[in-house]
Amino acid sequence: MIRFENVTKIYPNAGEPSLEDVSFEIKEGEFVSIVGHSGAGKTTLVKLLLGEEKPTRGNIFFEEVEVGKLKPSKLTNLRRRIGTVFQDFRLLPNKTAYENIAFAMESAGKTDEEIESDVPHVLDLVDLGSKAFHFPHQLSGGEKQRLSIARAIINNPEVVVADEPTGNLDPVNTYEVVHILKKINSLGTTVILTTHNKGVVDAIHKRVITLEDGKVIRDDEKGKYII
Amino acid sequence: MKVLDLKRIVRGGFLNFVRNGFVSLSSVLVMTITLCVITIIIFSQAVLNFSLSQLQDKVDVTVFFTVGASESEILGIKNQLEELPEVAGVEYISAEQALENFKKRHETDYLTLQALEELDENPLGATLNIEAVEASRYEQIANFLEDGDILASNQRVIIDKINYFQNKLVIDRLISITEGAKRLGLGITFVLVLISVVITFNTLRLTIYIAREEIGVMRVVGAENHYIRGPFMVEGMIYGLVSAFITMLFFYPISLWLGANMTDFLGINLNSYYFSNFFQLLIINAVFGMLLGVISSFLATRAYLKK
Repeated sequence: MIRFENVTKIYPNAGEPSLEDVSFEIKEGEFVSIVGHSGAGKTTLVKLLLGEEKPTRGNIFFEEVEVGKLKPSKLTNLRRRIGTVFQDFRLLPNKTAYENIAFAMESAGKTDEEIESDVPHVLDLVDLGSKAFHFPHQLSGGEKQRLSIARAIINNPEVVVADEPTGNLDPVNTYEVVHILKKINSLGTTVILTTHNKGVVDAIHKRVITLEDGKVIRDDEKGKYII
Repeated sequence: MKVLDLKRIVRGGFLNFVRNGFVSLSSVLVMTITLCVITIIIFSQAVLNFSLSQLQDKVDVTVFFTVGASESEILGIKNQLEELPEVAGVEYISAEQALENFKKRHETDYLTLQALEELDENPLGATLNIEAVEASRYEQIANFLEDGDILASNQRVIIDKINYFQNKLVIDRLISITEGAKRLGLGITFVLVLISVVITFNTLRLTIYIAREEIGVMRVVGAENHYIRGPFMVEGMIYGLVSAFITMLFFYPISLWLGANMTDFLGINLNSYYFSNFFQLLIINAVFGMLLGVISSFLATRAYLKK
């Protein structure tokens, strides 16, 4: 489903490559953790997959689509097929919890009826039903992250990419977020999780790709966090 | 763009305007200042144009006819003059009327009146006062009269003199003052408008700079560019509309004061001008403000939507 072929990324004015000759494939329905220390290249990898950055060398395929060669207008379609969750939540500060999710549906061209029926449902799923009309600044870190997960899955994406989703959370909220991601995966959605949290990776007990200095050093089917 | 998108964009713009309270207030304030500059310029132009036209009205060309010229001949010339595109109006003053005017003007001057009484007949001829559409056209009118063609049907000369040539210096100076004042007015208008437009544009650019991360999030969520940019443009339009109303409100007491205290000095009652042109002023301010808001927002968001 997703294929990285000898991908190298060197940012302008940076001597060392952020990613170097990275190749792997992710199949449909997999749960893949990408682990490594800060600066190992995890976020660069996510940005390349979302088309936010273009590879210096190599190719990235999302099914048959070559992501690096997509025009900005076509990237919109790709991004609707990938739900994203970030460490800093990236919520729209002037929109309520309900509107944040509705915005993602509106962007995908959903009707008002669909929005009215689906948004409360997904808010209940992440246990935010009672906070639908709160603004992000009125929510705790864990609630913000659950809201961002709800937004990521509302359009039934084929893949959910979570970039350090537990980085800003306490252990209880971390557990909840991981639990939700596993649930999403169990319903058939491919999940890509980047993290440097050993406890999280070991608890999931699924495929682990380990990055170090921009290179893939391990790729284990039922892996653990080993660096 | 679908109707549903448009509805959501407009709603998003309104919500942003209300929820970004402080940013909206700053933008509206800056835009109000711009629109105030525009309104001051409009008022100044009204005063300038009024003063110039007053000045122009004071100048005319008078054709003095010989004493024996018949009324039908003079009216014939009047008709010909009225057909000229350069002529704004022609006033016929008969010999009798000229005498009356003369007497009225000299009613305290007994010596002159007595001398007039001594004469058996009216020594004054009829006159035509000609007003041109513009001061620069007097020369053409004078040349037309000098030409003599208009007297072709009558073989005798009935025009005694035309005072254009005495007034030429004054008229020429008036022309240069009028042209100079208009050019200066245009130059000042251009500079002031440019300065205020640049300030407003940069203020809106800053408000969108504040929202740049939000724009990034919308892109990651998969929103199309028009759907991201639309609400900012609607917001810019609202800034313009609200600023236009505030400007009109602000100029009400100002025009009231100017009307009550400065009418003699300015020569025009700006309070009456404000009321008689209220809708034109409102529309000019609203259209200018909305265009400025929409175009600024469009250009400012472009930087964040390019990648």
